[in-house]
Amino acid sequence: MKFRQFLLSRVLAWAITIFIGVTFIFFIPRMFPSDPVENMIGRMVNLSGNMDPAQMDALRTTLRRQFGLEGSLLSQYGSFLWKGLLHFDFGPSLMSYPTPVNEIIGRNLPYTMGLSIISTLVAWLFGNTIGLLAGFRKNARSSKILEGIAICIYPIPYFIIALIFQIVFAFVLGWFPIQTNILTNQGFGVWFSTLIQGSVLPFLAMFLVGMGWQIISMKSLASTTAEEDFVLFARYRGLSEKTIGLSYVFRNSILTQITALAMSLGGAFSGSIMTEIIFTYPGVGQLINGAILQSDYNMILGCITISIVAVSTATLIVDLVYPFIDPRIRYA
Amino acid sequence: MKKFWKNANVRLKMGIIITAIFFIIGFVVYFIPHQDPFLYNTYPPKLGMSAEHWLGTTGMGQDIVWQLVEAIHNSLTMGLIVAFIGTTVGVFVGLLAGFAGGALDRVLTVITDTFVVIPSLPILILMTSLMRNSNSTVVLMALVLAMFAWAWPSRQIRSMALTIKERDFIHTAKFSGEGTLQIVATEILPFALTWSLSNFMNAVLSAIGQESSLAVLGLSPANLLSLGNMIQWARGRNAIFTQQWLWIGTPIVATVILFIGLFLLITGYNDYLSMKRGR
Repeated sequence: MKFRQFLLSRVLAWAITIFIGVTFIFFIPRMFPSDPVENMIGRMVNLSGNMDPAQMDALRTTLRRQFGLEGSLLSQYGSFLWKGLLHFDFGPSLMSYPTPVNEIIGRNLPYTMGLSIISTLVAWLFGNTIGLLAGFRKNARSSKILEGIAICIYPIPYFIIALIFQIVFAFVLGWFPIQTNILTNQGFGVWFSTLIQGSVLPFLAMFLVGMGWQIISMKSLASTTAEEDFVLFARYRGLSEKTIGLSYVFRNSILTQITALAMSLGGAFSGSIMTEIIFTYPGVGQLINGAILQSDYNMILGCITISIVAVSTATLIVDLVYPFIDPRIRYA
Repeated sequence: MKKFWKNANVRLKMGIIITAIFFIIGFVVYFIPHQDPFLYNTYPPKLGMSAEHWLGTTGMGQDIVWQLVEAIHNSLTMGLIVAFIGTTVGVFVGLLAGFAGGALDRVLTVITDTFVVIPSLPILILMTSLMRNSNSTVVLMALVLAMFAWAWPSRQIRSMALTIKERDFIHTAKFSGEGTLQIVATEILPFALTWSLSNFMNAVLSAIGQESSLAVLGLSPANLLSLGNMIQWARGRNAIFTQQWLWIGTPIVATVILFIGLFLLITGYNDYLSMKRGR
């Protein structure tokens, strides 16, 4: 495949994913019989007792405008694409009215991206190193034990590991705070130290699950590569095990693992959403949780659109790094 | 059967044993008559382990053992429905794309690939948060989860179909006058089904996982006694802070063991297949 062709296909796939995702987000709520505006008015009437009909009509019009529910379906769709996708404008948040949704998401997104990207990268590095060693010496007892541990960790959902960590390390042993509480208004030093303190457990939970898969897949890749003819030939040539391991087995197996990195980012983002809710970590997951509790649909739509854009873009970036590592695509 | 068990690797055997235990709990033990574990205050709350209540009772006076049995039953049922729909649709779309070729293949592949990479949790959150006010059921929940369960098997089956299409025995069948439909049904489908079995189990696992993630967000149906809801209810009623470890610990441990069992079954089965293929 030519480099330009590769680039074009990836960017196209990126655009299509976001487009289909956003189309989903637009049409799904409109397919459901439940009307968010009527739900909200119902809640308000419940809370405030009686409301006179003229007031309710005025409220209905205002809410319809703020949810972008005016006009034909097509024009709604057009303005949703234009405002939501190109300007990230989702209207005001209803739980902290009148702050715009995108401002609140802008405050929380860096925490989610930081948590998921850092834990995924670290898990990828450690997992591949361990997986390579285990695959290269696949009959050693230590590598069998390591793989066994990885198999027991990987299938468990993120939030269960997070919950177990919270119970064991924060509640029973008391080593870390049970809930993350990041202080933002007392200067950089306090912010940084509370950030680190509150991030250790969420990070460890995500790191552990993420690493499990990398160990398993790198081990199986490395052990099949180690049986290829060119590795056998390298052994006959009398190359050292270290050279064979690094320049032969590692370099060939890592290519698949870079694609795996791109695939695992989406999972890590979802995992981060769940982990945040367990630890009340101030990221997008926490926002989604609050928005669901308070029926803040603008916020839910905003968080979900941003999630899809963020995950697809992170995947695209990893994909675009690929040709710099695989010479077959660069020079073909 | 005996021969299969002799050839099976350790992981496959362990996976089969663990999964079988869960299926027996969920579909045999479940039918032993018992008090509805959903009702509050059937027994005194916060009891410890005893001969009568093996794992004690919850803070709401429900028996934890029977709650677990029903949760396993419901979670497995939901997982099986999702896996069945996902695998059927996946095999169908995959075979269609692989055999039709041309423009249809390209369109189907783009859609499939999008469904594979699109982050499913946010969209599931959106859908279930809209369903929350209506009375949603296990089946509705399963249908929603199945939306993302077909894409991965479809991709696998398509690439399998592309390689099989060129094998000699397919050409032989074609030259002996079999129609495309008949070839797909008699020659390809058996292949596709052995392949899909591991996808099927994977779909069961991920559906149960997704349902429990949604439960933590309070988005799983409130009348559904599932493993995820059991964890969430214990968490929501402060089982951690009041140190009722049996209440919160039981569903966590059960979920972890079930997932490890299913995963061992999947990887063990894949290894078994590749060994049978002589690799």
